[in-house]
This record gives sequence, structure tokens and C-alpha cells, in this order.
Amino acid sequence: MDLTWSASEESFRAECRSWLEEHVPRPGLPSGDTSEGFALHLEWERLLHRDRWAVVSWPEAYGGRGASLWEWLIFEEEYYRVGAPQRVTQNGIFLLAPTIFEFGTPAQQDHYLTRMSSAEDLWCQGWSEPNAGSDLAGITSRAARDDAAGGWRLTGQKTWTTRGAFCTHLFGLFRTDPDAERHRGLTYFLVPLDAEGVTVRGFGRLDGDEGFAEVFLDDVFVPDGDTDPAGGGTLGAVDQGWGVAMATTTSERGLTLRSPGRFRATAGRLVDLAREVDASGCLSELVADRVADAWIDAEAYALFTLGDVTDIVEGRSPGARSSYNKIFWSELDVRLHEVALELLGADAELDGPWMKGYEFALSGPIYAGTNEIQRNIVAERVLGLPRK
Amino acid sequence: MRFAPTEDQVDFRDAVRALLADTCPPEAVRAAWGGRVGEETGGGGGDGRVRAAWSALAEMGVLGVLVPESAGGLGLDDEDMVPLLVECGRAALPDPVTATAYVAAATLRDVGGEVADGWLPRLAAGEVAVAAGPLGDAPLAGALTADAFLVGDDAVLRWIPAGDVELEPLESVDGSRGLARLRGAATAGTALVEGPAAATVSAAAADRAALGAAAELVGLSERMLAMTVAYASERRQFGVPIGSFQAVKHQLADASLAVAFAAPLVLRAANSLAHGDPDAGLHVSMAKAKASSAARTAADASLQCHGAIGYTVEYDLHLFMKRAWALSAQAGGPDQHRARVRAALGLR
Ligand SMILES: Cc1cc2nc3c(=O)[nH]c(=O)nc-3n(C[C@H](O)[C@H](O)[C@H](O)COP(=O)(O)OP(=O)(O)OC[C@H]3O[C@@H](n4cnc5c(N)ncnc54)[C@H](O)[C@@H]3O)c2cc1C
Repeated sequence: MDLTWSASEESFRAECRSWLEEHVPRPGLPSGDTSEGFALHLEWERLLHRDRWAVVSWPEAYGGRGASLWEWLIFEEEYYRVGAPQRVTQNGIFLLAPTIFEFGTPAQQDHYLTRMSSAEDLWCQGWSEPNAGSDLAGITSRAARDDAAGGWRLTGQKTWTTRGAFCTHLFGLFRTDPDAERHRGLTYFLVPLDAEGVTVRGFGRLDGDEGFAEVFLDDVFVPDGDTDPAGGGTLGAVDQGWGVAMATTTSERGLTLRSPGRFRATAGRLVDLAREVDASGCLSELVADRVADAWIDAEAYALFTLGDVTDIVEGRSPGARSSYNKIFWSELDVRLHEVALELLGADAELDGPWMKGYEFALSGPIYAGTNEIQRNIVAERVLGLPRK
Repeated sequence: MRFAPTEDQVDFRDAVRALLADTCPPEAVRAAWGGRVGEETGGGGGDGRVRAAWSALAEMGVLGVLVPESAGGLGLDDEDMVPLLVECGRAALPDPVTATAYVAAATLRDVGGEVADGWLPRLAAGEVAVAAGPLGDAPLAGALTADAFLVGDDAVLRWIPAGDVELEPLESVDGSRGLARLRGAATAGTALVEGPAAATVSAAAADRAALGAAAELVGLSERMLAMTVAYASERRQFGVPIGSFQAVKHQLADASLAVAFAAPLVLRAANSLAHGDPDAGLHVSMAKAKASSAARTAADASLQCHGAIGYTVEYDLHLFMKRAWALSAQAGGPDQHRARVRAALGLR
């Protein structure tokens, strides 16, 4: 075990910190899930890209720094420590990109990755449909072969699409073989949202922001796109989309979407708040205990992910263990905010940052596979309990 | 940065796991039960020791992990020791490995002197067992068979050979604890350290006692969960294994989650103690608080998912569960350790 950072990692940290401190917008930006806020977040994303901080762990050719996974963790820690803006590019850079690195053709990698890191292409995730949420394999949106045109015709409806109204592209699953068993016959598609036949309708989330969208597809033509990806295409083999998609969901549940820096920063703010309340003589021992407990959990999550990164770096896949991360970070996030609201007393109901954060935290146990589904996965695939 | 045991540590741990599976099966733990509780629960007339396991551990070097090579030990550190204590917990080994080979060995190693020179080689060889704890009224595990006692507070740390102090035996819910209170310890034996330095040394001993208990709790929890998963996969009701019911699955998933996130805290605290990190005490408290509550969660879920069979003394679960109850409260319960975290965060 070695829990120290090397000199070069420390200097990487110093470099991140000084750049972030100099450039992070003050005061913070309005929510990125509104059209005004989204535009400002895009400017921020482009600044990150200009100075090569958008995707530090990617190869330099695609706008990264070739940083190690450890350095990525450091970057994330510094990013949340200074309270930098949410990443409106996250569904592309954290969820789609790992899949493109793994399954994309060279032409697809060259075309998409730089456009993604520079926030020129903005990706949203098209998994869920009105009748297929947890039961993702129940999707009915379909893609019919159009041999003459060298591509596919997509029809159906996606929903709960995060920031769909602001994005330029959608990645999602479509049924290419209606006769195959549920998990087969699905294909992973990359779809430009300005293609003919696409209609996007944004709508409000719990916090009122227009963070959700429905995406309607009516006979939308998407070319094969493996050699000329500009107009979209398929990612990975036809009818093998389930396996391709699972690579993305592992990233989503595991550490790339929710690095520990985020929760440690929230836990740090919670402790600051508790100290203020304590200074005014109003901190009960009971609530102080809950603060301490939540703070310990944020540390436990950070340590657990150090174990994950060690495993990944040494070639051991976390696999179904990523479900542990998902349950833990999402419920931790709720607890951190609940305790903060308790500390705020009668001010809790004010439309401030803790309430806003609470509203967002409440979605964690739902998105990226509900925590009930994650508990099924832990029970069956980690513990080995019988499925039936 | 690397947060995982080394290959050597993994090999050592696996060897100890295999050795304890052989020498300390549940029957041996049961046979170590004694006293009134032992009789009432149909256990043997044991004294809280599984000597076959103890001597095998000594032979493998486990009891001398922290003892310097010059005194016949391996001269390793907390990081090497703590994973082995997880294995002791997994086997519910009742013998005082934590008190002897972890708390006493590290303390004697650090304070040195005549007592250390005399006792460390015997400790590494498995010739002697030690009971350790705060100087005061607290019950000490393994006291009934201890060859020496290590007790301390802020003012003094005492080393007391058995015979120099009177024992008041106590019955634990876990019949293998060999529990007793010491009478007149404040003036018995030798003062290893006195004055201001005592506080530091006693605190380090208390930290290791807490971390050792936390490690054992992780092992106990993992074992209870493994037993329950195996049982739930076999036991059938309504024509299907009970482990296929989601209510059963989710309880066990929750318990395994609690253990999975307590275990890294335990490893980190071991690393901090080994390197003299100024926050080591805080890290120990984080680990003990979480390992204690995780063990409660694992014990509760295991009992509930077993149904009535788990609620008998014939079935093995209670051997592990009662040890978990005992250790959760020993060396500081979750409340006490959370209070230390609170203080470190600058809260009331
Ligand atoms: C903030 C937010 C952002 C999102 N962003 C996106 C996005 O960008 N793209 C996208 O495709 N989707 C997105 N989603 C949708 C998300 O993936 C789904 O909400 C999720 O998969 C659950 O599906 P559902 O809402 O249809 O609920 P349902 O599947 O109908 O579930 C309702 C309840 O039943 C439980 N349940 C269902 N099946 C089982 C089972 N087998 N065992 C036990 N309990 C079960 C669930 O756990 C849940 O509690 C987002 C959701 C939220 C809240």
C-alpha cells in the first residue's frame, strides 16, 4: 500500500489548482439545465478545452494530456474543491467516450472525440423510453435496414433525456432485429439531432429546470457511418448493442461519472456549515453525529475508489462491483444534503444551493439504473444469490 | 499511490485463512465456550482458547509479525498484521491474537526495555498470551488464560504478569471470551511508561486495540454474510430458494455494502499507524465506528434471513454474531469513535 502522491502528481495537482483558481467563474454560473445557463457552461467548456483541461486522461491527439487515472482523480478533486461548474459535456466525455475508445472504428474515433472534448458536439443519452426504464431491454424504438441508402431508418421515442433540448447528438439503443430475444437484436446508434425526422421537446425536472427532454424519431435516416461518421452511424457490431451499452453503464455507475472529489467537496461544505451553526450555539449532538457520519462516508467512498483505480491500473476489472459505487455515492449524496437542510433549520425551504443540491441528489438513486436494480445486481452477481 | 495489499500480504492472508479454516472450524470455537453461558448453550467446558490454532499461528509467524527480527519475530508492520486479524475474525478465533500479537507486541516494541526484552521472544513464539485494555473497570477479554496484562491510561501504562493481580471472572454473552475484571491493577506489576509520555503510548495501544477489533469485525461480517448467502441459496420455501426473494437479496446487499465500505477504512488506518501519520487516531476511529455498525447490520440481516434456525445455539451463526456484538462495543463503540471524529472536525 502506498497512500502518497509522487512529486510529479503533486506538481500536476498544483498546476490544476492554480489554473482552476484563476479561471473558475465567480460567482458560479446559473444552472446548466436552463438555456441561458447552458450557453454560459459551453463557454466554460471551451475554455477548459483551450487549455487542455477538458479531458485530462485522454490522449493529446483528442485534446487531452495523456494523464493517468490517478491524475484524473487529482484533477477531479481540485475541480470540485474550487466549486467549478457542473460539466454539461459529461454524458459525452464520461459515458459515450469510453465506449468509442473501446468499440469505435478509427474513423469514428478521429471524427467524434475531438469534437466532443471541444464541446462542439454535445451528446445526450437515449436509453429510456416511456415503457422501458429499469427494464431497458424492453425498448421498442427500432431501426429498419435501408440497404439502398446504405444505412438505417429510426423510429420511436426516447424520454428523460438529460439536457436533450440543448444537445446536438444522441447515443442510444434501437431494436434492429425485432424477432430476436430481448437482449439480442439491439444496436447502438449515434444520431445527430438535426437529422430530418427528429423532434426534441424539453421539459422541467423536479427543480423546474428544463433538464429533461423527450426525443421523437420519425423515419430518421442514419448512415452506417463506420468509414464516414459525419452523419451519425452505428457503434460496435449490429445486433450487439446490449454488450456495447453495458460498457457505458459500467462507467456511469462506477467512478468516472461520480468521482470522490465531488462528495468530499460537499462533505467539506457540510462541515463548514455545521461549524457555523456550532459557533452560534445551536448544534445538537445528534446532528453533529450525522455530520461526522456523512463525512466519514465521503472518506470511505474516496478510499473505495482508490481501490477501484488500483484494480483498473493493474488490469483487474471492477465489473459488477461498480454497483456498490452507484448505491453508495447516490445515497451518500442524499444524506449529505439532508443533514445540511437539517442544519439550516427554518431556512431549509429557501430556494438556495443546499435545497437545489438536495433536489438533484434525490435523482441519484433513480438514474444510472435505480438502486433497487443495483441491489439486485449486487445480490446476484457479487454475492451469488439465485436469480430465481 | 496504490491502495491494495501487496502480493506478499495477499499470500500471507490466504495462508492464514486456510490455516484457520483447518484449525479453527466452528466446532473448535464451540468447544472453546465455557463458564455458565457455555454450559447453558451446550458448548464445551472450554476456556476461550483454540490451542491448535494458536500454535499453528505461532509456527507460521503470525504471532510475531510485529516483533523485531532480533527477538524472533518478522519485524513487519500494521499493514501486514491487520489483514491477518480480519482472518481471525472470519474464523471467530477466540484467542487473543489482537491483544497479544498486535497491541502488546507493538507497544513492547515501541517502549523497549527489560520487560520487552524478556517477553517479546516468548510472545512471538506463542508461549504467552496477553490481555490488554484500559486501566480501570472494563472487562478484559482473554483475561482468564492470560500470562500477562497490558493496561494503561493517560498517566501510566502497566505490564502485569498473571498472578500479580486478582481476577474477577465475568460471564459474556459470547462464552468464548474468557472475560474478567482486574482488581488492584493500579498498583500491580511494572510501570512501563509513566508521566506525560504514558498518554501517547496508551493512546497508541488503545488505537491498535480498536483497529484490531475493527479488522476482526470485518472478517466476522464477511463470514456471517457468506454463511447466509449459502443458506439462502439452499433453503427453499414456496418452491424456490429463499435467496431468490428480493426482500432477502436487498437485506444482504445492504449488509455487504456496509462491509465493503468499512473495509477500506480499516486498511487505511493500518497504513496510517504504520507510518505514524498524525491523523492515525482519527483514521482508527473512522474505521471502528463503521466496522462496528457494519457488523451490526450484517448480524441483523444474517439472523433475519436465516429465520428460526439462526435463532438457536445448535446452529453456528450465533458464535459469530455474539462475537460481533462483543467486539462492536469493545475498544470504543461507534458513538465514542464518532465523537472523536466530531472533535477532529471541530464540532461539539
Ligand atoms: C435526473 C434523471 C436523469 C436521467 N437522465 C437520463 C438520460 O439522460 N437518458 C436516459 O436514457 N434516461 C435517463 N433517466 C432515466 C432513468 O434511467 C430511469 O428513470 C431509470 O432507469 C428508471 O426507470 P423508470 O423511471 O422508468 O422507473 P421504473 O423502471 O418504472 O421503476 C419505478 C420503480 O420500480 C422499481 N423497480 C423496477 N423494476 C424493478 C425490479 N426488477 N426490482 C425492484 N424494483 C424495481 C424501481 O427501482 C423504481 O423504484 C434519467 C432519470 C433521472 C431521474
